[in-house]
Amino acid sequence: MLIDWFTVGAQALNFLILVWLLKRFLYKPIMTAIDTREARIRKERADADAIKADAETARDTFQKMTADFEQARAGLLQQATDDATAERQRLMAEAHSAADALAAQRAKALQTEAQALATSITDRAWDEVFAVARKTLNDLADVRLEDRICDTFVHRIQASGDQPDSALSTAIRGTSEPIPVRSAFDLSPEQHAAIRSALHDTFSTDAELTFETAPRLIAGIELTAGGQKLAWSISDYLSSLKASVGETFSARDASQAGPTADADRTQEKVSA
Amino acid sequence: MRLSPDEIIFWQSGFVKLNATIVFTWVLMAVLVMASILITRRLSRDMTRSRWQNLLEIIVTGIQDQIREVGLKHPRTYIGFIGTLFLFVAMSTLSTIIPGFEPPTGSLSTTAALALSVFVAVPIYGMTERGVGAYLRSYLEPTVIMLPFNIISDLSRTLALAVRLFGNMMSGTMILAILLTISPFVFPVLMSALGLLTGMVQAYIFSILATVYIASATLTQKPSPARPAGET
Repeated sequence: MLIDWFTVGAQALNFLILVWLLKRFLYKPIMTAIDTREARIRKERADADAIKADAETARDTFQKMTADFEQARAGLLQQATDDATAERQRLMAEAHSAADALAAQRAKALQTEAQALATSITDRAWDEVFAVARKTLNDLADVRLEDRICDTFVHRIQASGDQPDSALSTAIRGTSEPIPVRSAFDLSPEQHAAIRSALHDTFSTDAELTFETAPRLIAGIELTAGGQKLAWSISDYLSSLKASVGETFSARDASQAGPTADADRTQEKVSA
Repeated sequence: MRLSPDEIIFWQSGFVKLNATIVFTWVLMAVLVMASILITRRLSRDMTRSRWQNLLEIIVTGIQDQIREVGLKHPRTYIGFIGTLFLFVAMSTLSTIIPGFEPPTGSLSTTAALALSVFVAVPIYGMTERGVGAYLRSYLEPTVIMLPFNIISDLSRTLALAVRLFGNMMSGTMILAILLTISPFVFPVLMSALGLLTGMVQAYIFSILATVYIASATLTQKPSPARPAGET
């Protein structure tokens, strides 16, 4: 008999015991170790995923911040460039304005200086001419300057009579109002009479004459009638002298203004 | 000629006896349990572990994968039974290389005991998983007429399990013994190696068949989903 039933029962029991023993000492510890390790690996992977997610979030944040920073930097740079350009244009405009003002001021100063110089020359010329004439007349002919002026004025009245159709002659003949005669100095009654006589003889008029003293005429006498004037005075000479001096200064200013204008234009090119 | 280690009796008192089958089974049990205790005593739960722990983990997870591939969704429920079947038969086969060691599986009593264990375990697992009524009704499927055939099927497969393993193990031992008497030593060594191979295959077959029986008993019949076109 190949089967021994006691042995069969004993082996079945042995097998069940072995199942229990191996469950207790083999499968359970091994399974527990595997489970523990897998749980640990899962946890580490979860941690790694979380860290990766955090890193990606941080990276995204950093990239966004970098992009924002670049954008802000570009904006600030553009704004600074615009501000600098505007400031430069403003400073250039101010400089141009200041240069223009300085040039105008300089031109005005030159003009003022020229006028002052002309006035000074005129005043001195008047004084000198007057003094020379006075001294010459006194020394040579023993004649007062005022007398010679009056005589000259009388002669001029008489000379005007050579042109009876002139506007002055017409005006003097046609006026009925008193004719004002202004002189830089007080005329004597003889000179009043000489002038009145010359007018009467020359223009055949009985018009009244009113004599006035006007120092601004500067050693001169003038007569006004109907809008026409007949005059002689040293001031006329001085006026022609003044015009001559003025032309001299104008020519000098033009010659000086040429290089200055060229220099200004060169300065503008450099600034651009 | 001695066909089974049952015939080597060390001690006997009436019905109770202590034969070589039982003794060598105890030796194998002691080796298995002691090895398990020694290896699992200092189990590492970290990423680094000893080579013996690796070996055990490979064996255990391999058995788990095999059980899962057969169709049991919760292999940990069955690994105690099926894994012990495999390890016991495999260790018994390996023990044939030790001179004088009689493998317990070379006894029809042992293989019958293992087959009976499977015969009992299958309905227990089936009833636990599906319920007593559902499991018993499976004997009436597809028709009541099939009841005796189902019962005969269970019995015959149990008998086949026992005889198949016994026949293979016994034949290997017998062939080795016969060759030792008629041929030089080299040829028996080759046959011994072949016997090891067939023994390991038998261990695999025995445990896989037990798994298939348990799976067929525990799996609930469900209408199979329509297969995609072209799938065979």
